[in-house]
Amino acid sequence: MLTYIFRRLLISIPTLIFISLVIFLLLNLAPNDPMAQVPLTVPPEVKQKMREALGLGQPLYVQFLKWLIQLFWIEPQVFIDYMFNTSFSEDKLRVISWQTRSPVMDIIVQRMPQTLWVVGMSYVVGILIAIPIGIYSAYKQYSVFDQVGTFVTMIGYSVPPFFTGVFVIVIFSVQLGWLPSIYDTTHSVVDWETFKVQLKQMVMPVMVLALQTTAMINRFMRATMLDNLNQDYVRTARAKGLSEWTVVMIHVLRNSMIPVITVIALNVPAIFGGAIITEQVFKVNGIGQQLIGAIYANDLPTVQTITFMFAVLIVLFNLLADIIYGILDPRIRYD
Amino acid sequence: MTDNSTITVKPRSKIRDVWDQFKSHKGALLGAIIFFSIVLLVMVGPFVWPFDANQIDIRSRNQGPSLLHPFGTDQLGRDTLARMMAGGRTSIAVGLAAMALSLFFGSFIGVTAGFYKKLDGVLMRFTDLFLSLPLLPLLLVMMLLFREPLSQAYGPEKGMFVLIVVSIGITSWMPTARIVRADVLALKEREFVLAAKASGTSDTLIILRHIMPNVLSPIMVSATLGIANGIITESALSFLGLGFPPDFPTWGRLLNDAVDYLQQYPERVFWPGLAISLTVLSINYLGDGLRDALDPRMRKR
Repeated sequence: MLTYIFRRLLISIPTLIFISLVIFLLLNLAPNDPMAQVPLTVPPEVKQKMREALGLGQPLYVQFLKWLIQLFWIEPQVFIDYMFNTSFSEDKLRVISWQTRSPVMDIIVQRMPQTLWVVGMSYVVGILIAIPIGIYSAYKQYSVFDQVGTFVTMIGYSVPPFFTGVFVIVIFSVQLGWLPSIYDTTHSVVDWETFKVQLKQMVMPVMVLALQTTAMINRFMRATMLDNLNQDYVRTARAKGLSEWTVVMIHVLRNSMIPVITVIALNVPAIFGGAIITEQVFKVNGIGQQLIGAIYANDLPTVQTITFMFAVLIVLFNLLADIIYGILDPRIRYD
Repeated sequence: MTDNSTITVKPRSKIRDVWDQFKSHKGALLGAIIFFSIVLLVMVGPFVWPFDANQIDIRSRNQGPSLLHPFGTDQLGRDTLARMMAGGRTSIAVGLAAMALSLFFGSFIGVTAGFYKKLDGVLMRFTDLFLSLPLLPLLLVMMLLFREPLSQAYGPEKGMFVLIVVSIGITSWMPTARIVRADVLALKEREFVLAAKASGTSDTLIILRHIMPNVLSPIMVSATLGIANGIITESALSFLGLGFPPDFPTWGRLLNDAVDYLQQYPERVFWPGLAISLTVLSINYLGDGLRDALDPRMRKR
């Protein structure tokens, strides 16, 4: 297992480098000019100097290498400095946003908590709803409960978040006026009253994202439960006289959870992707909104960095899913 | 002891079998009916409906539903029903074209990887790499970067159409490739392929005549899911304002425009959203039924 984990870790390094190359080339080979918004009164030689200051005059591979060094060498140093008050990163050039002229990572760190709160909460809520429903609809296959559950799952699967989001805003904010339609990130929780406000503004974005998670996981949970319920060991367990609860909740559930947990791990990046749209709908100023803003403003370093971070998330959670699968299921020995 | 023991069994065609199984899945049948009626409405509607999608009539702006305008009018007095039909045309066209492109890539790579052992490793690593790309951010970046050059080359609408279809196509072929490859790997070992090979059939002919017809069912199921994916992605891009130009209606664009008037006219977001959801829902049910119908193990005899 250890060698397997090690080998998987080694494979993910070229994957990450390939992805960063794709992102880099896509952004740098496309025709656009970061100097386009500089006024025409600025003389050409000054423009040339500005171009060089942004590191644009150099050949592509130098730019790529520099970006990699900034991302993998200098940014971790900044992080270490921040954690332990050291000064490794002094005077070193960080990835600078063209939009705000401040380090991209600093803005990401500011924006990250909002995204994590909304996305993480919705994921937990979605899983907590999906698993019991999945178990029960598999246990009572073709019952009314199962039919309704499958239909709701299908809806969650088909209705895009930009419609569910807008739809709940129309109902709960515009018509009923119960919940705020805009997520206020400056709001801080200090007492019960502010906690209630926080809860109110989180309900809608979390539920919209949770619907998607629920649909995905419920579908999967039901399928694996059905697979397992027809196995011989279930009949054996019933024949032994074990109670129905023990048979379903201990024997079947434990075996069904193995693939479900991998799916849960594999879908974390997808839910971050969905958060891009949900953040736009509810005006949560998280990472997704930063990405959209940067795209509108032609801010390539920010776009590059955030896109790359999404890629890191995908690679990381794929790795995690593989490892979890190996640990949970002893039948799977990768080496 | 009677002599009418000759049981006449009518030969059943495969298509008939599939259709019988498909019919028994009520959701799938309903899905198919709804999807094809939406397609029909969107294709024929604009010829019948008296209003044009871009006909501005500023005097009758912001109207609610009436007999003249069943879905009301927007802030420039354009008829919402006409815009919905024009938008549906674009959205469904994008979905179909993107599906065709992604199926082409997916089956090509899947069949090649499954059939030629030497290429298998390389092509599957390539597929894995594509699967670990962050697709939505990359799609957004592609929209940002190639919008201008393509608009200049083909005109704003056609250029955007090409860009959206190609971007969705090259970012959604991976699941098809994987499924097709797995099927081809199993088929390759079967006797009829061996027989074809022994009789000197060329590889291209084996693939076209013996492999392709047998992997058609997973490809058809991917096709339905591909349309749904194409429609949702296009709407998401248009919703984020990175899709078609503003005067060119698509369902996502209409939804995006309606969000600006959420406080005054909340009912406006309803129609495009319902259209997207209903289409995708019916396609998903259609795909479910198709999967069951095309799988011989599911067929009850």
